[in-house]
Amino acid sequence: MASDKKDEPKSRRDFLNLTAGAMGAVGIGSAVVPLIDSMNPAADTLAMSTTEVDISNIAVGETKVVKWQGKPVFIKHRTAEEIAEAKDINLDDLRDPQTDTERVQKEQWLVVIGICTHLGCIPQGNKSGQPKGDFEGWFCPCHGSHYDTSGRLRAGPAPKNLPVPPYSFLSDTLIRIG
Amino acid sequence: MTASKKPKSDFKNPVVKWVDERLPIFTMMEKEYGAYPTPKNFNYLWNFGAIAMVMLMLMIATGIFLAMNYTPHIDMAFNSVERMTRDVNYGWLLRYLHMNGASFFFIAVYIHIYRGLYYGSYKKPRELLWIFGVLIFLLMMATAFMGYALPWSQMSGWGVNVITNLFSAIPFVGDSIVTWLWGGPAVGNPTLNRFYALHYLLPFVIFAVIFLHVWALHISGSGNPTGIEPKTEKDTVPFHPYYTIKDTFGLGVFMFIFMAVVFYAPLALTHSDHFKQFDSMVTPEHIVPEWYFLPFYAILKSFTSDITIPLTGYMFDNALVFTAKLQGVIAMFGSILILFVLPWLDTSPVRSARYRPLYRISVYLLLLSMIVLGYAGSQPAEGLMLTLSRLGTGYYFMHFIVIVPFLSKHEKTLPVPKSINDSVIQAKGSK
Repeated sequence: MASDKKDEPKSRRDFLNLTAGAMGAVGIGSAVVPLIDSMNPAADTLAMSTTEVDISNIAVGETKVVKWQGKPVFIKHRTAEEIAEAKDINLDDLRDPQTDTERVQKEQWLVVIGICTHLGCIPQGNKSGQPKGDFEGWFCPCHGSHYDTSGRLRAGPAPKNLPVPPYSFLSDTLIRIG
Repeated sequence: MTASKKPKSDFKNPVVKWVDERLPIFTMMEKEYGAYPTPKNFNYLWNFGAIAMVMLMLMIATGIFLAMNYTPHIDMAFNSVERMTRDVNYGWLLRYLHMNGASFFFIAVYIHIYRGLYYGSYKKPRELLWIFGVLIFLLMMATAFMGYALPWSQMSGWGVNVITNLFSAIPFVGDSIVTWLWGGPAVGNPTLNRFYALHYLLPFVIFAVIFLHVWALHISGSGNPTGIEPKTEKDTVPFHPYYTIKDTFGLGVFMFIFMAVVFYAPLALTHSDHFKQFDSMVTPEHIVPEWYFLPFYAILKSFTSDITIPLTGYMFDNALVFTAKLQGVIAMFGSILILFVLPWLDTSPVRSARYRPLYRISVYLLLLSMIVLGYAGSQPAEGLMLTLSRLGTGYYFMHFIVIVPFLSKHEKTLPVPKSINDSVIQAKGSK
């Protein structure tokens, strides 16, 4: 920038330009916020939907898949061996360390969101004949992540365990998810 | 130029003359597409910019009419596309032109980009021209991805799921970004609506960036297979009729192949799961993107082990983990972003691979690595395919980060001809 004798009025003009520019940027910024935020979930979408599930007809060893907020939730009635397997584990071996007790309310019932934490596929292992993976839980066919009988990540590219949704037992045979 | 000094237009047609004196659009067209001096030694690889432009116009034209019959709602989208194919007059033609047009647009653009890599088209003074090109490529990928979502098939929905989930790899804010992208707790109606809006918008943005790309091209002038700049009038020919006719011929051959696919094998490039409606409760056995994304998908899948950064006790309670997922995502985006800085990675004064024997081998191997990655990307990531993905990914990055800067300094290049005219005469003489 030229620095001649007319420095003073120029620097005053620079100040005005800069402040006007800064105010303009703030103005544009605050005008963009509603546009960006309109893409976030709308109020009706957010309104926590809940799903009630009758679990009396899920036999030991079986898994029921229910839809909650557009997402599949696995309700697994675990066998004694599966529970033992989930408990008998060295936490240091886990990528996302969690004990089985932290993940269940009643140990025979495992409730997890059935979405692979890698890239969102639905892991297999709920029906007989489907691969359950190397740890007897679930196997994601998309990129090969293995989950154990507590829904914890054991191998493959996923970073986290299958998440546990908020749920409560309304009675011994009825649970509410959400 | 002031208005008073402006020379009267030379056009004979009175209407053209009248318009041109008020808005010199005909003078501009004559200058940029008529007399525009162009190196006289283009080979057929120089057709593909024009071909890509024609493909964009074809995509916009068919897309507008498809949009008139499309319903962007998760319950109706799939059926509206099926109805288009079966009941709307010529709907089948519009749809097959549009879906295969995407593939052929990518074919043209991939050849166009590879030509740029081979002949060093990105070098000074064409860096900005190249950067606009990479930007167009990125916009095309976004547009194609969102367009693929619209039929709301199993592949559409699950493709959207997998690709949007990539953003969850971003530390701390990843999950909020994914929710923002979806507009809900899962891929659903808000997602489809916004994809439709953006899929309609982005082609026009691409059009604007192409305008800048061509503008920059006409400032620096076209490159050519020798990589040396035209010096005298002997080195150039006017764009019209020499290259209008050469581009038209190349376009004719390209269209012949395109039409053969549209009419005789319209579904050859797509997947059967693209014809089942999206079910958010059932993941297809094997999710694959369209063929033009496969090399990048293979790069994503080639990272499978976490790296633990042992900072425990210093800064964080738990060890900081650089997840395999984040590594894959960074590598996949990095594989394209690295093209932006290529003009500064390759500082060799010789542009064309013709006179760079070692660079030529490396850039051929780059093509091979892309083909290997493309094949590996279409297969499940295990065993040999995983090894191939890793080799391909390794070579891809080594080419740009190690080989190209190294060869820039140490390669012994062959002598370049004195002028474009000399190289043409030499080539004729040797026959």
